[in-house]
Amino acid sequence: MLKISKEKLNGLYSKISASMPLYMPLKKAGEANYGLWADGEESALGVLKTVKSPKDLFFPQSETMMKFKTEGKSIEILDVREEQKPFVLFGVKACDFKAFDVLDRVFLAEPVDTYYQSRRSAGIIVTLACSRPEESCFCKVFGIDAAEPAGDVTTWLDEKYLYWRANTEKGNALTESVKELFENGGEKEVSAQQKKTREIIEKLPFSHLDLSRFKPENLNELFDASEWESLSEACLGCGACTFVCPTCQCFDIRDFKTNEGVIRYRCWDSCMYSDFTQMAAANSRTTQLQRYRQRFMHKLVYYPSQHEGLYSCVGCGRCVNKCPQHLNIIKVVKTLGGKAHD
Amino acid sequence: MRDVELKMKERAAELLKSGEVARVIGWKKGEFYFDPEPSVFETEAELENFVYNGFCGANLSKYLIAASKKPGKTAVFLKPCDTYSFNELVKEHRVVRENIHVVAIECQGKLDISKIKKLGADAVTEVEELGEKVKVSSLYGDMEFAKEEVLLEKCLCCKGKEHKAADETIILHEMPETKNDRFSGVEKLEAMTPDERFAFWKGELSKCIRCNACRNVCPACSCVKCVFDNPNSGIAAKANDTEFEEQMFHIIRAFHVAGRCTDCGECSRVCPQNIPLHLLNRKFIKDIDTLYGEFQAGDVPEGKTPLTDYRTEDTEPGKVFDAEGKHA
Amino acid sequence: MINENLIPKIGVITDIRKDTPDVKTFRVVGTDGKKLFEHLPGQCAMVSVPGVGECMFSITSSPTNEEFMEFSIKKCGCVTEVIHSLEVGQQITVRGPYGRNFPVEEDFKGKDMLFIAGGIGLAPLRSVINYIRHYRKNYGKVVVVYGARSKDDLVDIEEIRTEWEKEPDFEVYLTIDRPQEGWNGHVGFVPAYVKELGLDPNMTAVLCGPPIMIKFTLAGLLELGFDKSRVYTTLELRMKCGIGKCGRCNVGDKFVCKDGPVFRMDELDELPDEY
Repeated sequence: MLKISKEKLNGLYSKISASMPLYMPLKKAGEANYGLWADGEESALGVLKTVKSPKDLFFPQSETMMKFKTEGKSIEILDVREEQKPFVLFGVKACDFKAFDVLDRVFLAEPVDTYYQSRRSAGIIVTLACSRPEESCFCKVFGIDAAEPAGDVTTWLDEKYLYWRANTEKGNALTESVKELFENGGEKEVSAQQKKTREIIEKLPFSHLDLSRFKPENLNELFDASEWESLSEACLGCGACTFVCPTCQCFDIRDFKTNEGVIRYRCWDSCMYSDFTQMAAANSRTTQLQRYRQRFMHKLVYYPSQHEGLYSCVGCGRCVNKCPQHLNIIKVVKTLGGKAHD
Repeated sequence: MRDVELKMKERAAELLKSGEVARVIGWKKGEFYFDPEPSVFETEAELENFVYNGFCGANLSKYLIAASKKPGKTAVFLKPCDTYSFNELVKEHRVVRENIHVVAIECQGKLDISKIKKLGADAVTEVEELGEKVKVSSLYGDMEFAKEEVLLEKCLCCKGKEHKAADETIILHEMPETKNDRFSGVEKLEAMTPDERFAFWKGELSKCIRCNACRNVCPACSCVKCVFDNPNSGIAAKANDTEFEEQMFHIIRAFHVAGRCTDCGECSRVCPQNIPLHLLNRKFIKDIDTLYGEFQAGDVPEGKTPLTDYRTEDTEPGKVFDAEGKHA
Repeated sequence: MINENLIPKIGVITDIRKDTPDVKTFRVVGTDGKKLFEHLPGQCAMVSVPGVGECMFSITSSPTNEEFMEFSIKKCGCVTEVIHSLEVGQQITVRGPYGRNFPVEEDFKGKDMLFIAGGIGLAPLRSVINYIRHYRKNYGKVVVVYGARSKDDLVDIEEIRTEWEKEPDFEVYLTIDRPQEGWNGHVGFVPAYVKELGLDPNMTAVLCGPPIMIKFTLAGLLELGFDKSRVYTTLELRMKCGIGKCGRCNVGDKFVCKDGPVFRMDELDELPDEY
């Protein structure tokens, strides 16, 4: 294990970004979000939760897919993508890292989404263990250990040092390139921190939610549950929960006319929006109850049924913090989840 | 506050029991003290989870658009500031006044859990309101804040303790006098150079994730189909493609609600990126006040607004503001 | 690195046939004059006019057609309205094929087949019917019950009259909703007609049409003794990607674009009622 004193972190960032782009939590206009590090940027590495998750780096909120040039009756398709160069994604928490697994199973399943794939394979992920989880965190429920995230490199941060351990070949290569800034040691400090973090996680109010009823065989029973009405009644139909969620992956594809031709882009979309399923003459989900139910059924029942029981929630708790009216997945799990909540 | 909650709950039960109303809109308990959720109560049994505390900042008036179309009367608990939005909705024929029973309730200022967390309280398990103090318990220890430090933005510019609509009132304690200093933020922006101002808004609006929470919570945004959701409008855009688009969305929305916005502050309360959207609306309110005389939307449930009421003596904006936006 | 799955091919419209007042059938080939790609009966493709939008349509021509593909498109929204305004020679974009096809080689082979369609619902069935006609001796008797609002709304009526009705062991029953001058055939709704015909419940049935027609026709078939495991239909939901990723056509643990659009009625029973 290696360690670097906190005062030297800016040096580390600048060393990394000299060879490739470095994305990490930055504080801008008062909020922490992932962004491209540059000299003078304010690091937000110590912030537990960025507002948006790092999924942006692999699945941007909006991206140009292709362009069209039309002339008379003919069309030309322009593939506008450039070759993806390696980049470092620094400071990813255990829940957000697990979310990449959830996204991978959608985007990398055949037929592969190469837009996602090219970014995913170019990314070198440096994770950061949590040391001060908060009440809305419930990653433990999904078998995630916030004190020991995976990734190409795993790091831990305390008052004095950042501790660093490479896990993969990519991680070793990155470590080699910055090794001169580090010294050896830290095993003791890291395991002490891990012990403390795990003790707190054990005490968090949502660490022991019961998901036992969310099984494929209960699909229709859960779908028909009368509780959806009271669960969803205050829902505003906004997309805050969806857009801060690290696992939500629905998108829209649209065309945009410009003077230089047509841009076809894709952007995040939300099943909470009234036009999500709107067709020319019909809409399969006309009420907010249906849309609300879809979001949680997808995360807790449909997705696991398609992916060997893996839930499409990692317990990051962003939706718990950000819903304007305090609706969230905790309330759904407690109402419909299992005996432990009865 | 506990006595106010009990009284409200009691009244809600009576209204439901007597059949005077078919439903009551209030708040129900969340997982913690600080996350109550707007709720529709249709039976006395459901009132078991009824709650009213310092975190009931949500403005319930917009829920009345749907509720007032349902059979039977709807009772709603409105704080003084919420009644302005209610009047606007009545004025715009979005809510049928006769179908609503307004229970005007006491408010001692509402708290902002995200401010509490930003001040360093992590893993909050309990919050206690102790007069002018707020005590926070967390897994990392206890903290205490002055109430003023952790009030919602909208409460820092309270419109006062008067309810502008009420069929009955529940006020058990004196409500605080607060200074309505709502234009100080706007004045700070006005004092900036255009470049500084542009940089300020660029920084703030580039955080926007286009979740539409501000629009969906806004009582003035009551269009059945928003132009930004209508694929045939030519400007429907879900992509946060460029800062330009974000600016257009928020500026168009501010224009659209100008003269109707009561400054209820819900837009800023719900923004996941904490963009100070209220500043856009307050700039419009300030300009309207300057150009046409002081006007408070939602003061009364009828009449025209300065922007929908043309008078020959109306001043020309060019006479009041120079090209830089400064007072001429 | 082109993503074959989301970047389309360019197609050229070589022929436009006006079937009904609001349905046109477009013949499409690649820029090299050849068929764009191979498909199986019941599969779909994403067709787009750049700048307007992309929509999923069933490929109505049979896979056995080696020269071109056809799409029968009803004018009912922004994209289809623009498609209807296109002329021969116009290029469009096409990607596919998408979705699960009718099990023509597996479950349909050797069976007596019943096809029931309403209005534009004939489009996906035309592909499989013509496939069966091509490999006629592999299949048993074929019965087609087809209805529309009026005689002018019957899609592909010329092919039905000149080709299908002349096939051996091939029965065609047409019906329109209301009596109309110049129509000597049956008048009435499809579900009622199906019951009237007293069809053999041992046939394998394929239904396609508006949801209300499917609902009542299925009830009629069950009454006649048909088994749900031998009744097929196709679903239509909003789609954007066509490859099971954008999340739009999700119903229960299925994506209509990938796991459908062809479903057996007993499979639909397992899904939540939201399609």
